Amino acid sequence: MSTQGKRISYAELRPRFRDGMTILFGGFMAFGTPEGIVYELLASGVKDLTLIGNDTGSGGSGVGALVEARRVRKVIASHIGLHPETGRQMMAGEMEVELVPQGTLAERIRCGGAGLGGVLTPTGVGTVVEEGKLKLTLDGVEYLVERPLRADLAILKAHRADAKGNLVYQRAARNFNPMMAMAADFVVAEVGEIVEAGALDPEAIVTPGILVDALILAEEH
Amino acid sequence: MDAKTLIARRCALELHDGDVVNLGIGLPTLIPNFLQPGVTITLQSENGFLGLAPLTGEPLPGLVNAGGKPCGMDPGISFFDSALSFALIRGGHVDATVLGGLQVDQDGNLANWMVPGKMVPGMGGAMDLVTGARRVIIAMEHCTRDGGAKLLKRCDLPLTAAGKVNTVVTELALFRFLDGVLTLMETAPGVTVEDIRARTEAAFVVSPECRPMPA
Repeated sequence: MSTQGKRISYAELRPRFRDGMTILFGGFMAFGTPEGIVYELLASGVKDLTLIGNDTGSGGSGVGALVEARRVRKVIASHIGLHPETGRQMMAGEMEVELVPQGTLAERIRCGGAGLGGVLTPTGVGTVVEEGKLKLTLDGVEYLVERPLRADLAILKAHRADAKGNLVYQRAARNFNPMMAMAADFVVAEVGEIVEAGALDPEAIVTPGILVDALILAEEH
Repeated sequence: MDAKTLIARRCALELHDGDVVNLGIGLPTLIPNFLQPGVTITLQSENGFLGLAPLTGEPLPGLVNAGGKPCGMDPGISFFDSALSFALIRGGHVDATVLGGLQVDQDGNLANWMVPGKMVPGMGGAMDLVTGARRVIIAMEHCTRDGGAKLLKRCDLPLTAAGKVNTVVTELALFRFLDGVLTLMETAPGVTVEDIRARTEAAFVVSPECRPMPA
């Protein structure tokens, strides 16, 4: 296989965008967020999005620009505190925000890609997080039943890929990306480099290439 | 010594050689500066690694702490995804967490993630940490800025977790929950039990072994 492989351009990704779609986005405080794809979403004019990811970044990085441009109908995240506009739209009732404990968010996405109907977690018992959720007591311990999350599109950031789509991440920029690679109908990764199949150490590959539908070589915006 | 330094110094004595520790942002990040000689701990960072260290030299790509700030790496650092990171936290593989608090009550409940109508940043990893870490240490100033009690009979802010706090360290005192009872274990230099009672709403007992806080 040539290094062309799964490589597409930003322009070739754009037809995948639909108003009202749900998008999983990698990243923690924008580290591990594919900024070029976020820019492409912004430039495309796509709207009424549901965004699922750890946080809405801080001003000037991450998915916050989509919130600021009012393209987002709902955010599912663990933290929005460093992007005041997300909080303002939530308080004003202009955008829905579902806050999810970070570990629960990771497991819900994992369930979505792993064929599981949900996960039992003690996190959130006795707090507002349990409202409206099924609770089970097993062996004397209370758990919340947390349901899977999936999306139409997952947008990932990886350090390197090979032509088959195998991914290697960079330090703490890995975070939510590997679970998201399993939990969407179409998965695209923005990467710093694409090498020939076989050029990556197989033991170092974190995300197997079969999960990745398309690769985009990162550009400066 | 200012209140924050005193609290951080005392919290450092709660950490033992070999502990895996997750420190919240703010005051808890001062704690490694005050570890006792011979105590080496491994810092877990919720965004996916074990082996957090202070930044030395230039920031490295993709390497930030849980506050999104550039940080350093211990030799032997390991990276992993968010699901494994929180499996470590919930699964009892983190020996201690030190977090700030808005309110702690006499039943060991903690509120530290939101103030309805004012501050709704989200819980981030705090609920998982307080639920899963083996020892939950709350490092906070004893009273609010306007002098109100933070150690209460019952938290009135939304909880982070119910009944999970083990230890509370303030600039006035150290309390532990012993068999579920809030117990005064130490008083800070120059502080009396009466001073502490005057600034604490929660019911607490004074340990027969109550002693001055080690400096």
